[in-house]
Amino acid sequence: MPSDTTTDSRPVPQTLPADAPKEGWWRSGTPWIWLNAMAVGVGVSAVAGLLGLIAVRGLAHFWPADVAVMGLADGSIVMGELVDVEYTDPASFEQAGGQDAGPIERWLVKTGNRRVNGPDFRWVLAANVADTRFPSDVAVFERTEWGNAYGRISALYENGVLVANGNHAWNEMQSRLERVVELREEMTATQSTTIDPVNYRLERLRIERRRHVLEGTPEAPGLAAEERRLHATYREAETRLRTLADAMRRDAVEIVIMDGRTLVQPLGDVMRVWQPNSMSVYDKLLHYMKSLGVFLTGEPREANTEGGIFPAIFGTVMMVLLMAVIVAPLGVVAAVYLREYARQGLPVRLIRIAVNNLAGVPSIVYGVFGLGFFVYLVGGTIDDVFYPEAQPAPTFGTPGLIWASLTLALLTVPVVIVSTEEGLTRIPRSIREGSLALGATKAETLFRLVLPVASPSILTGIILAAARAAGEVAPLMLVGVVKLAPALPVDAIPPFIHLERKFMHLGFHIYDVGFQSPNVEAARPLVYATALLLILIVIALNLAAIMLRTRLESRHEIAEA
Amino acid sequence: MAEQHPENWKAYRGGGTAIPDDLALEPGLQDGTERSQPAVREEICLDVRGISLFYGEKQALNDISLSIPRNRVTAFIGPSGCGKSTLLRCFNRMNDLIDDAIVTGEIRLNGLDIHDRSVDVAQLRRLVGMVFQRPNPFPKSIYDNVAYGLRLQRGMTRSEIDDRVEWGLRSAALWEEVSDRLKESALELSGGQQQRLVIARAIAVEPEVLLLDEPASSLDPISTLKIEELIHELKNDYTIVIVTHNMHQAARVSDYTAFLYLGELIEHDDTDTIFTNPSRQQTEDYITGRYG
Repeated sequence: MPSDTTTDSRPVPQTLPADAPKEGWWRSGTPWIWLNAMAVGVGVSAVAGLLGLIAVRGLAHFWPADVAVMGLADGSIVMGELVDVEYTDPASFEQAGGQDAGPIERWLVKTGNRRVNGPDFRWVLAANVADTRFPSDVAVFERTEWGNAYGRISALYENGVLVANGNHAWNEMQSRLERVVELREEMTATQSTTIDPVNYRLERLRIERRRHVLEGTPEAPGLAAEERRLHATYREAETRLRTLADAMRRDAVEIVIMDGRTLVQPLGDVMRVWQPNSMSVYDKLLHYMKSLGVFLTGEPREANTEGGIFPAIFGTVMMVLLMAVIVAPLGVVAAVYLREYARQGLPVRLIRIAVNNLAGVPSIVYGVFGLGFFVYLVGGTIDDVFYPEAQPAPTFGTPGLIWASLTLALLTVPVVIVSTEEGLTRIPRSIREGSLALGATKAETLFRLVLPVASPSILTGIILAAARAAGEVAPLMLVGVVKLAPALPVDAIPPFIHLERKFMHLGFHIYDVGFQSPNVEAARPLVYATALLLILIVIALNLAAIMLRTRLESRHEIAEA
Repeated sequence: MAEQHPENWKAYRGGGTAIPDDLALEPGLQDGTERSQPAVREEICLDVRGISLFYGEKQALNDISLSIPRNRVTAFIGPSGCGKSTLLRCFNRMNDLIDDAIVTGEIRLNGLDIHDRSVDVAQLRRLVGMVFQRPNPFPKSIYDNVAYGLRLQRGMTRSEIDDRVEWGLRSAALWEEVSDRLKESALELSGGQQQRLVIARAIAVEPEVLLLDEPASSLDPISTLKIEELIHELKNDYTIVIVTHNMHQAARVSDYTAFLYLGELIEHDDTDTIFTNPSRQQTEDYITGRYG
């Protein structure tokens, strides 16, 4: 009935269903927004937590902690820094032969005095501790070998003769310690300014001799005289070193350690002494800063578990910079060809897919490739052609800084290509035509307009590449990183930059200290500290590049078409 | 560019007889007997003979011949897709950039075949400047935009460039507005200012011909008026070819008008004649708004 339908089709006021608000809430997408916010929150707090943990654990290590003297129930005494508190599951403790009774609190105490006590860390059950005191005269000795020593200074000897005891000993020791520090500095200086260059020169002379033999040419006349002169210098420096070492052995302190035994410690092996229990907060802060400074600028000692990590910082930064210098032109030129010059078609598409897939190849594969191709083939060929006289010792045919940088450049070049291509694609056709219409050739347009405008994208690629390279460890182990490098890749010996040298790297350092160290407890805080430093370096490198990019962007922002 | 598209050269086997060493030869009076030729009295700047253009199989221009007189404004009108922009882009060989575009026929600038082998395309484009439909300033400073074309020519000193930048901006009636912020980004200018900046950029290199491809279509009426006034000024020094689909604009600014339809040149005559007394029915239908 058509007439009925027309009368019924008047607009009827719609009533909302009773549960409309709830349904509307679901349909409005609000829960979805909450879900997204939660995901972001989880991510942010995970990152913040990670950084916080690393920062706290790593930075706390350098704080001069108080030394506790604990009297145990059985009458023995434990002296050391309280490092960690742990609650052990009673069941597992029982299994280990203990008695049960709720969660068991136990303390990890750094007792030091290795070689006297055996291991320098010790677990103490909190329940067994009868009393804990912090006597002000307990001193901590940072030693060049065998870790810290803890104890009271009882006497000071010079050449085995008693000089002072009691409180006098502490005061007398301060000035003598300064003398030791000076002597040690002089030894280091002699080593680096005389012995190392002389050794290097002597090795060069030997190689030059060998070259004359290989080529059958007569030796240059001055060679023998030069060698004699160098040997004389060497002997002189060696004598000087021996004198200094003897001078360092002059003084010794007698330390009463926790079990009442005494330990005679030559002052020559002591780096620093402090009495943490009597230090003010300001003193401690000063001490903390100094420790941090040593960590950042010093050389590692004791299988990397003590001392600083400067060579690793230097190696990491140098390797990343060198890699960026190699990867930037390589990636940009490849991207320009793919995007601007190559005829778009199947081959170019295949190449692009291949490049993208290269980014997904496991990095250790690059390491193997770098070792086989760069180190053995390219480096070996360089040795054969340019350094035959140094054979069989390899010069470039062995893992080194240059090969590590090249390998990582290969690893990261897809990132640079992809982001550069993206930048090139984003440049509108209209401004390219504008340039061409002014009489610019295609190459002029590229260099004067396209590349400057694409430079923020290029930098983005380099940032990503550098971040990845700084964090990479696996391939580096094959192509140049070592546990302990004898010399930095840059020094005062010509040609000043030694790209063929092996180097240290923070990422590998973390692995080495954390997992290859004989003294796990001592190394653990260093793992955190090194990790923190690695993160900071990556952030610093990135920030520098991001600031540069922001400046370029403000100069070359593209009009939104 | 030219090297990548040998087809262009093949199409011109019957081209120029002599190979002159410079494009900017003395202009000669052209004999235009059988072509659509209103401008016999005028000195001819661009002479177009039998231009056809193909995008692959598709023909976009069909045997177009016309003469463009010196120091006059010639307008191309016609409905969208009639080929007026394509024809314009033939004059500075921008169509070379399109991979499958093939041009046949002959275009002479001052009597010289622009498709001749000896012609340097970059040099041609310096002589035949172009302004596009949408303002396309480079993402650089105002100064760098105008100086861009000048820096391409080697051997100009800094002060010469400074002078030419100022002169270009003055000629484009933009100097007063931007003289105190030359170092700021060109993208901060308004649309109308950007278009005048682009015109300044084009005339700073002192071209002979200025091609304007719907220069005011994306601008507001006041900016449009400014651009039209500017065109009036500029025609004393340049030969101007303007593409527009605004017939009032064509009537206001141009001396000659060509009407194109579906890739064919329908009529080419004095602007007054075209708009008051067109000789073809199609032209009359178009300008009275019956289609298009």
